[in-house]
Amino acid sequence: MKIANLYVYRGPCEVLRDLSIHFPKGQWTSIIGPNGAGKSSLLQGITNILPTKGMITIDDVNIQDLGSKERARTIAWLAQNSDAVEEFSELTVYDTVMLGRIPHQAWLHLPNELDHQVVQQSLLKTHTQSIAARYLHELSGGERQRVLLARLLAVEADILLMDEPLANLDPPHQADWLIWQKELLAQGKTLVTVLHEIQYALRADHLVMLKQGRLHFEGSSKDPATHQALIALFEGRIRLEKLGNDWVSLPV
Amino acid sequence: MSNNQISLKLFALFILSLLLVFLGCISGSTGMDWHFAESNRTILYDIRLPRSIGAYLAGALLGLAGAIAQGLFRNPLADPYLLGSASGALLGVGIILCFSYAGEHSLVTMIGINGGAFVGALLGVLGALLLAGGYKSSLRLLLSGVVIGVIFGAANSLLTFIRPDLYQSLQSFMLGNTSLITWNATLIMGSALVVAVLLTLLFSPVLSALSLGENTARTLGLPLDQLRLLLIGVLALATGFAVAQTGLIAFVGLAAPHLVRHFSGGRQRTQILLSTISGGILLLGSDLLARTIFAPLEIPVGIVTAVLGGSYLLLLLRRGQIGIKK
Repeated sequence: MKIANLYVYRGPCEVLRDLSIHFPKGQWTSIIGPNGAGKSSLLQGITNILPTKGMITIDDVNIQDLGSKERARTIAWLAQNSDAVEEFSELTVYDTVMLGRIPHQAWLHLPNELDHQVVQQSLLKTHTQSIAARYLHELSGGERQRVLLARLLAVEADILLMDEPLANLDPPHQADWLIWQKELLAQGKTLVTVLHEIQYALRADHLVMLKQGRLHFEGSSKDPATHQALIALFEGRIRLEKLGNDWVSLPV
Repeated sequence: MSNNQISLKLFALFILSLLLVFLGCISGSTGMDWHFAESNRTILYDIRLPRSIGAYLAGALLGLAGAIAQGLFRNPLADPYLLGSASGALLGVGIILCFSYAGEHSLVTMIGINGGAFVGALLGVLGALLLAGGYKSSLRLLLSGVVIGVIFGAANSLLTFIRPDLYQSLQSFMLGNTSLITWNATLIMGSALVVAVLLTLLFSPVLSALSLGENTARTLGLPLDQLRLLLIGVLALATGFAVAQTGLIAFVGLAAPHLVRHFSGGRQRTQILLSTISGGILLLGSDLLARTIFAPLEIPVGIVTAVLGGSYLLLLLRRGQIGIKK
């Protein structure tokens, strides 16, 4: 997926300016930046939630040329936890995950066997099958986040955009999430995440750094130049250390 | 909840509905009466039966409108009455009555009244949305609906001032009245209900998708804006056709979806059907009360629903079941 000269607008504000980024196919790109840099807005621009100007292409096809259902089957989006669920919503876990199948369903068609299978697999994958009959509003933040992840998986899209997917997850489930990422990559999916947890972001293949609505740096997560740019992005308030095969960030 | 359990609940509510219609037929100003002499047949077929079925249908229309409003605006307090669409419909009826020849009950008048109510209901809800700047804030939307209700209500009073001869019929609309429902009115409401329920079921994926928030719904590939407008149209249709036959009936649209929400498991199709049926049960039940509490005197059913519905709303507020986004 490529974006070229992309502008994203939130109400009257231009929140992203003239952004050109390549998200390598079948790889994991992590978007990182300080608060208000426009990370979430970038994902919402790509998913057509916010109005944009510029070009977004997938395999050289302009996504404006895709039908809305086809676009929804190609790109799936996980909302930041806070704006996803209202107390008022009394959906069960199972039905929530089934919503991910909407892009595959024709009007007025009840879910078919395949839909149910995909939902079951998604529940199994995110360890939520035991709570499938419960209501969304009864769950803890971490359980809810896993259900919403299952909803994302149920779309079976090629490109998955996740806005702070680790929010509310406990350490074992954060570790699980990393395993799921690897499995999704093995299936050939393209992953784009917005993460505040720098050591998780560094596990991605590719880092995109945003600052004040502009591209700050883009590069491989293993590249020393990327690391320098990352430290500069956070004004020298972090340092990066190698621990075994992985990089970790520490506050300064 | 399994499909069997849901079917069972739908069936139970249906039986209850039939029972209420039967009660509606046998109870009159002189108490219960099982024996229908030849002379009483007219009362049964021309008055009690259309009235009972009509009250049920009007309630069903309002229950449906409430379910649409609450699902569409993600607002637990949204209902045709509080959103300004019912008062819009009433104003539509008033204006049409003003321009029609007094006392004439032709087909044209009937179409005019229903059309006027539909357009009025549509303008009422769109006006409330416009005033609130969308529906992002539940509280603003409700306040705007109340403001619209007050303004339209004032306009209605102005109509009775201009046309004093219409005072009585307009007053009966304002209080909510089921005693004048004819077979024709029943037929109109029945047709409107079938159309409205089918359209709502057709568009229900939007309501389901919206329960995860508007943004997520947008990424599911649904033409959200167009479908939302269509559903507002269905909401206005249901409200308008109920108001055009029975006048302002408060709180049925609010209470019906609330009463069944726990049974529907959040499934919009189930929620829509259950709200519709329980709306009918609520209004017909209230109508029975209105006819029997002070028998042989009969009070307007709108007063009964306002008292019952208002108390129910207070109960919900006290229990803290209604969280309002500021």
